[in-house]
Amino acid sequence: MKMEKKLSARTNFILTVVFLIFMALLLYLADRYMDSYKLRVVRLIAIYGIMAVSLNLINGITGIFSLGHAGFILIGAYTASLLTLSPEQKAMSFIIEPIVPWLANAHTDFFTATVAGGVLAAVFAFLIGWPVLRLSGDYLAIASLGFAEVIRIIALNAISITNGPLGLKGIPEYSNIWWCYGWLFVTVLFMASLVNSSYGRALKAIREDRIAAEAMGINVFKHQLLSFVIGAFFAGVSGSLYAHWLTTIDPRTTTLGPMLTFYVLIMIVLGGLGSISGSLIGAALFAILFEWLRDLEEPFTFFGIHVPGIKGMRILVISAIFILVMIFWQRGIMGREELTWNNLYRWLFARRRGGEEK
Amino acid sequence: MVFFLQNLFNGIMLGGLYALIAIGYTMVYGILRLINFAHGDVMMMGVYFAFYAATLLSLNPLFSAIVAILGAALLGFLIDRVAYKPLRNAPRISALITAIGVSFFLESLAVVVFGAIPKSFLKVFKDRTILNKVLTVAGARIPLLTFLVIFITAVILIVLFFIVYRTKIGMAMRAISMDIPTTALMGVNVDAVIGFTFALGSALAAASGIMWAMRFPNVHPYMGFMPGLKAFIAAVFGGIGSIPGAVLGGVLLGLIEIFLAAYFPAVMGYRDAFAFIILIIILLVKPSGLLGKKIVEKV
Repeated sequence: MKMEKKLSARTNFILTVVFLIFMALLLYLADRYMDSYKLRVVRLIAIYGIMAVSLNLINGITGIFSLGHAGFILIGAYTASLLTLSPEQKAMSFIIEPIVPWLANAHTDFFTATVAGGVLAAVFAFLIGWPVLRLSGDYLAIASLGFAEVIRIIALNAISITNGPLGLKGIPEYSNIWWCYGWLFVTVLFMASLVNSSYGRALKAIREDRIAAEAMGINVFKHQLLSFVIGAFFAGVSGSLYAHWLTTIDPRTTTLGPMLTFYVLIMIVLGGLGSISGSLIGAALFAILFEWLRDLEEPFTFFGIHVPGIKGMRILVISAIFILVMIFWQRGIMGREELTWNNLYRWLFARRRGGEEK
Repeated sequence: MVFFLQNLFNGIMLGGLYALIAIGYTMVYGILRLINFAHGDVMMMGVYFAFYAATLLSLNPLFSAIVAILGAALLGFLIDRVAYKPLRNAPRISALITAIGVSFFLESLAVVVFGAIPKSFLKVFKDRTILNKVLTVAGARIPLLTFLVIFITAVILIVLFFIVYRTKIGMAMRAISMDIPTTALMGVNVDAVIGFTFALGSALAAASGIMWAMRFPNVHPYMGFMPGLKAFIAAVFGGIGSIPGAVLGGVLLGLIEIFLAAYFPAVMGYRDAFAFIILIIILLVKPSGLLGKKIVEKV
């Protein structure tokens, strides 16, 4: 790092602004001219991006191996949906048991509902974090997975609040491209400033060696709890966006259960544990790959051989890729590097000079 | 009293099934410090092997069970060779993430090969009249199947204890769980013993799975997830790394679950949540489990 040529802060700023304007223009064009199916995938990339970045703060940057992300996403999804559904819709869809009165007439706009989803997820993370973060390593992984399952089981059984196994239907499709990418922008901006602050450095210190960090005077528990709560807040936000993208949610294992946590885990491992830009790349790759592999489940002809569509094939392919990545390429695409203008400049123009650092 | 006795037998049976799966977890964890997430899915695969051995090859139930147990043992061995062995020297978290990937892979493989629609295991036993027979013990009506499961579980456990505590390979397993490099220096083929451990654990899981499917005859690709998680909790409950602990933890977990559901029917829907709450409480109160050794965090 010592003799390295760096871009000035001004160049950096200008490049960032130009990039953001370019992205906004691109999104505008996509919104205008893409067909609705492709646009759905584009919006999903942003939602997955928020999920991945928020889990990466907990898993990759702080080193808490949490598998409870789907629980927080579920809380966000249900809270926000219950707030945006109109009282008439709620009265209609709660068939098994009528909805509790204090929730029946609660109705807000999409933004308030999303923030409420995030806040409730954060509150749960705070309550769960107290016992769970006293554990370490593998035990924490199982306990957090267990908590996500408990939340799902509650959603399945608290019928007068969540409508139980029937789930919620007819959620308005509010998650348009601007909401999704707006929230993604906020998430990335917040995470990037957090990671570069003294808090962020403390979090990384905990990841590297929690005992040494403790010895240096960092309050490990407090920092871990903070990271857990912030991650959960954005997970809740992504849950709200996800629900208003799906328009139908229910507490099955595949929609809002452990499966979703594993999907997000695949994204961040693929992109690089500990890299925010890596998470975004991982999320985009996952969303595109997942849609593209849909073709495998349709009947197709391969070199004259007719192959009938096989259900579940794409998850099989994705998990095989995941295992191969873990065995041969543990650092993922970005490792712990970030995609900054400086790094980009270095990789493109100054790669040959000097050795690799580290 | 009758009600109590009925639930007692049900609890012991369920607990025995948990115990058989938990032993696989505890042996692998004791040796590699790895939570083998795919263990529950190996159990699921074992059940499918038995199902197809009985329906496609039309073997009788006993032979199809043997085929399935051998198949699962081979599968467990292969999983270790293909997925975990390359990661022996990698950070522990990589192996854990890989294990999640393997679990995922086996589930989707089952969906692709066997189909996602649940199958009925009752087909395996075309003539189940003997197993459906109900015995009366002190007024409690208990199906013969329950006794059979408890009996088979007990026999399997005795054989297992013999293998682990009385044979050479069992001694090697116990040595490896204490110190891998030293054991290797003593001339033990560590990879072979680890492979054997995976095979043995997977065989037990398959045996448990087949009995599980006799009791709850709905076979589907995700059936291994919950029992797998609960068996892990049972292993932690008893003290992970300890085989008697896994048995004790499994039986206690089964009893707690059945009795809570029996005496507090209002919380029936939350049954699957009990185990996790128990897990949190144990980890907070006695992190090393009932029969476990205390592990000191090294600096």
